[in-house]
Amino acid sequence: MLNIGSDSLTKTIVVTSGKGGVGKTTTSASVATGLALKGFKTVVIDFDVGLRNLDLIMGCERRVVYDLVNLVNQESSLHQTLIKDKRVENLYILPASQTRDKDALTIEGIARVMHKLKKSQFDYIVCDSPAGIEKGAKMALYFADEAIITTNPEVSSVRDSDRILGILQSESKRAKMNEEPVKEHLLITRYNPGRVREGQMLSVDDIVDLLAIPLLGIIPESSSVLDSSNAGKPVILVPESEAGQAYSDAIDRLMGEDRPHRFMETRKKGLLARLFG
Amino acid sequence: MGIFSFFRSKPKGSAATAKERLQVLIAHQHADSDGPDYLPLLKQDILNVIKKYVDIGEEQVLVQLDSQDDCDVLELNITLPEDGERSSAVDAKALRDNDDDGPQSSKNRQSRAERTRSRQTRKSQASARSQAKQKA
Ligand SMILES: Nc1ncnc2c1ncn2[C@@H]1O[C@H](COP(=O)(O)OP(=O)(O)OP(=O)(O)O)[C@@H](O)[C@H]1O
Ligand SMILES: [Mg+2]
Repeated sequence: MLNIGSDSLTKTIVVTSGKGGVGKTTTSASVATGLALKGFKTVVIDFDVGLRNLDLIMGCERRVVYDLVNLVNQESSLHQTLIKDKRVENLYILPASQTRDKDALTIEGIARVMHKLKKSQFDYIVCDSPAGIEKGAKMALYFADEAIITTNPEVSSVRDSDRILGILQSESKRAKMNEEPVKEHLLITRYNPGRVREGQMLSVDDIVDLLAIPLLGIIPESSSVLDSSNAGKPVILVPESEAGQAYSDAIDRLMGEDRPHRFMETRKKGLLARLFG
Repeated sequence: MGIFSFFRSKPKGSAATAKERLQVLIAHQHADSDGPDYLPLLKQDILNVIKKYVDIGEEQVLVQLDSQDDCDVLELNITLPEDGERSSAVDAKALRDNDDDGPQSSKNRQSRAERTRSRQTRKSQASARSQAKQKA
């Protein structure tokens, strides 16, 4: 990256959803890791102040000394606070505070942190939003250039995604400054093709129809997500996992590459598997 | 997957219902945020009037302003509660009758009931669509 001394090329991506538990942290961890694997200097920030989780998913929970609130309050330096990932070059984690609450953050404080990160020549800042549409979620999306709307194929998740899209379009910095709108991406997670086929679960087409934003990817429901969070390893680093492969495809699409959507169909099982599966 | 699912006919499924419900909900959310500034107030006023007769909540009233050619169309969609909770004083007909006789003042936006729909099914619904022609 030839952007020495300039901060205008830093891209800020928020991973958001409104609804809780849909896979924002799982997605933030894999997206940040995927971007770093592409060679971009990337930091992933946990905005879930009071309920930090990203450190566990990234497997760095025992290395947390300072956190986002310390940094915002200027009680620690960027260098002291960022945790450098041990597996992937160019990847840094900025953990949330476990003891403070969301009121400890202010837009001005976050703005200072963002500025420092840009001056440190980060290519990507990935913001893991807390659930809800309150202050914490608004803080996480305020500085976004792009947004990954994490949605499960389920009524309340789709409704909340639509709410959060409205907030992005009216309350982000880009909206308030009348700049080009935040670029929106739909990421459907915990997709279960079998239940879609049975007519029990909203399909990809249904969700794209309802939310009317471009589709970045479909992450299938997969037990490897639980395994990898148990191990503290972003699932994108598990090449044999379908969810991991789906995240890799999504990163390629984020880079503007064309990738067909996989894992939308139930796998064609052999006769034995079909009889006993 | 059990062996019987091979022979079962494809069920219609609850996903279709989910999609229909979401389409309505999302229309509500967009109407609330995309419309002109006075729309939420107008909606609140309409809600208050209807509440005098029927017990309904905010989610049951959809007020939307669309543009068609040189016309602004104000669409008002009210979902009445199931039978029993509803006072007989108000039904779709009453809504229509009230709506039909405004003076044709060219200074104000003209309004008339264009379409009234009523369903006595599980979700009885009254919809009055008023069309307002804007003065050139
Ligand atoms: N593709 C997937 N397949 C299976 N399980 C998944 C998948 N994605 C996420 N999960 C599981 O769903 C749960 C919630 O995931 P995650 O913590 O990423 O959600 P979140 O949106 O960050 O939640 P919160 O709103 O509480 O911050 C976790 O147990 C996670 O392992
Ligand atoms: Mg989370």
